[in-house]
Amino acid sequence: MASGLMLEETELRLGLPGGGAGELAEVAVIRSSGKRGFLETIDLKLKLQTPAESKESESTEQGNKATDPHEKPPAPKEQAVGWPPVRSFRKNILNVQQQSESKNKEEQSDKAAAAAAAAFVKVSMDGAPYLRKVDLKTYKSYQELSTALQKMFSSFATSGNYGSEQGVSVRDFMNGAGKVTALVINGSEYVTTYEDKDGDWMLVGDVPWEMFVDSCKRLRVMKGSEVVGLAPTAMEKRKNRG
Amino acid sequence: MLRLRATATARQHWHGERDQATGPTRTCPSLEHSPLTEFWSLKSDRSMARVEETGGDREENKEEETSWWSPEAVEGGRVGEGPSRGSRGGRGGDGGRPDTPPPPPYSDQVLENVLENVLQFLVCRRDRNAASLVCRSWYRAEAQTRRELSVGNCYAVSPARVVRRFRCARALVLKGRPRFADFNLFPLGWGARFSPWLAAMATAYPWLERVCLKRMTVSDSDLAFLARSFPSFRDLTLICCDGFGTAGLAVIAVLCRNLRILDLIENDVEDEEEEVIDWISRFPETTTSLESLSFECVNCPVNFSALEALVARSPSLRRLRVNQNVSLGQLRRLMARAPHLTHLGTGSFRPGIAEDLNVADLEQAFVSSKSLICLSGFREVAPEHLPAILPVCANLVSLNLSYAVITAEQLKPVILKCNNLRTFWVLDTVGDEGLLAVAKACKNLHELRVFPFEATEDSEGSVSDVGLVAISNGCRKLQSILFFCQRMTNSAVVAMSKNCQDLVVFRLCIMGRHRPDHITREPMDEGFGAIVMNCKKLTRLAVSGLLTDKVFKYIATHGKSIRTLSVAFAGDSDLSLKYVLEGCHSLQKLEIRDSPFGDVGLLSGIHHYYNMRFLWMSSCMLTLSGCKEVAQKMPNLVVEVIGDRPKDLDSDTVEKLYLYRSLEGPRDDVPLFVNIL
Repeated sequence: MASGLMLEETELRLGLPGGGAGELAEVAVIRSSGKRGFLETIDLKLKLQTPAESKESESTEQGNKATDPHEKPPAPKEQAVGWPPVRSFRKNILNVQQQSESKNKEEQSDKAAAAAAAAFVKVSMDGAPYLRKVDLKTYKSYQELSTALQKMFSSFATSGNYGSEQGVSVRDFMNGAGKVTALVINGSEYVTTYEDKDGDWMLVGDVPWEMFVDSCKRLRVMKGSEVVGLAPTAMEKRKNRG
Repeated sequence: MLRLRATATARQHWHGERDQATGPTRTCPSLEHSPLTEFWSLKSDRSMARVEETGGDREENKEEETSWWSPEAVEGGRVGEGPSRGSRGGRGGDGGRPDTPPPPPYSDQVLENVLENVLQFLVCRRDRNAASLVCRSWYRAEAQTRRELSVGNCYAVSPARVVRRFRCARALVLKGRPRFADFNLFPLGWGARFSPWLAAMATAYPWLERVCLKRMTVSDSDLAFLARSFPSFRDLTLICCDGFGTAGLAVIAVLCRNLRILDLIENDVEDEEEEVIDWISRFPETTTSLESLSFECVNCPVNFSALEALVARSPSLRRLRVNQNVSLGQLRRLMARAPHLTHLGTGSFRPGIAEDLNVADLEQAFVSSKSLICLSGFREVAPEHLPAILPVCANLVSLNLSYAVITAEQLKPVILKCNNLRTFWVLDTVGDEGLLAVAKACKNLHELRVFPFEATEDSEGSVSDVGLVAISNGCRKLQSILFFCQRMTNSAVVAMSKNCQDLVVFRLCIMGRHRPDHITREPMDEGFGAIVMNCKKLTRLAVSGLLTDKVFKYIATHGKSIRTLSVAFAGDSDLSLKYVLEGCHSLQKLEIRDSPFGDVGLLSGIHHYYNMRFLWMSSCMLTLSGCKEVAQKMPNLVVEVIGDRPKDLDSDTVEKLYLYRSLEGPRDDVPLFVNIL
């Protein structure tokens, strides 16, 4: 059986949610909502994180992948994409109900109901012919989002370059404003930016994850060389507002 | 490469007909039939030619020809078939006739006019397909009188070809992606765009009235173009489509003055938050001809006063299905405005903030709606409000509670009154006990769907074999079932196979992968075997649980009428696929995922793929060389290899294969992540 890491979290109960309900519901959201949960795909050939950042997600993945091949029937902890065959809107809506029910017990707020819904944002990459969509609620950290973006866009970045394994990696580099997480694809640096509620384009990585999910309306992966002239970072924005 | 061959009998037939000088009496020609009947084409010497694949098994075709041509086939009486062997990906086959030939002799013209007047009464698609194959003049007459076009795969035939053959269409039904696209197995941007079809129809069918699209990509500009191009446009139905938002709906509302039906069902309606448009208020201020308005899937706030006013000035409105942003109090007002509704989608069924409703008031609204026969919605229902629908339960034919999180106790008082129910959709939260109540009350049930509240592999699951047996005992007329569960037994499935002999659709989804009979620990082979053995009318089957090659042997042996088969995480070897492709003669749609089937299995279907609409295989054991071999041997098949990354397309393993017959060859809108072999 899988390591004990994920067992409690995968034990999803049907009764009216009790104290741990928020957590369970959150796990349910992460697991079963979202159109494209890349972390859920079984093929995890890409191991592209730098050692420091990968610790957290690696342990999650290991928990997921600890399948005993001799066991029958096999019960891998990670969910297969598109299984069970229930349409995603059905999953989303039920999660909304779950969460609004549990939140009703604690704090009556419309905000909670709105926050419970999936947070789909469009992702565009310079040079890629198609937009993609991701559900930010399916990720728990910038690292997970980064991994997913890498997988999505490595297809475009490596087109025409099948032979080489330059691939995709995440690198931190110092920007005038501080540390920034940048996607490096095939040697040229791409930087992930997002448009926030005010319509400003900001570098991804400055604010706490939850705040980012709430304020992000759209993502754009652009060439590092074009990053000059972005709006000041969120930190500076807050500072300026006093 | 295609080889055109005029067969001897065909040539004889045509010369015979043309030499005939007199009289309306003519013998029915013996028809050359092959599975490729839609590939009929007229050569320049005006003899009917049969297009066949190179190296094809002609022997087999001959056999089918003689056995097929029988009186019952002409009447379209054979189960699941016409001479075209079931539903087709379009009625093309006009490729060899570039210009209209010179008008036929006088007697032929009279006969054609008579024919047209008769044929216009033929409505059923399969009857029409049969009629069109009788001879050339029937073909022409049928083409002139076909009003509704049905294209099951938008890539099987091109818009140009369709428009060339059928000159007078008023309605189009068009399907794009296959069903597995609903489950994130197709990357976004794969295709199935409506634009090229729209462009062709705008010039060819200015009197177009009805469009129904399923799993197509429709943009806002498409909708705008549609609204502008067809002044008589009346009915728009979009099912599981994507690509459009409220902007497109607004244009439809404004410009389609004769709109009767606007049904938006399970579409993925996307809007940037700032761009949400109040489309409801865009309907013209005058009385509308609306009969049906469904927008449950349009998940954005509704301008309620505009909606209420719209309903008030739509005297013909009989079907209204609102989204979850309509509260219970608002619903009550809508019902007061439209007391003659037959179908109602109730929205949230929850009181809004500051709405003070008691059940008695609500019940009164239902008492007044004497015509209601179909209820759905209940998106956020507070269980204590559910009994408000009691006054209409006895008349209900269809009830969809599949978003209502209720228990058996909450369901019982309602369901026990629904004695005329034919269709019932519910969440598994009602448990086996709830299903027992359904079995007791709904003796006339034809369709049941039980959806999972927790759609994950390791959830508790509240329904099981117990519930299935109860249903089978109580609902003997059951024809269609979709059942999600975590625990099942062979004996329960066997019981259903014996009790419900009218089953046409059997879809059982045991959510845990490879899960055996939870009591005997054996594979689920015997259960599904019993279904195909005992349910002689079965045309659609979805299997799950732990399954070996054996179940596929059963399916191949007994499932002769099966047209659609869904397989996931099943089988031991290529034998399974081989059995199915060799045994299921009516098979048209085969969708497989995560099963150990490889090239040997794939190649065993070569004799049959032209009879099918499509084959989908993902996460199986196919290789590029195997798929290439199929592509080479079958020139009228489009073989698509789909990868998440272009790099995948070069490796020898094929992650996703989608193949389908087509008259057009490789499509020209192929995205980067698709490789057509």
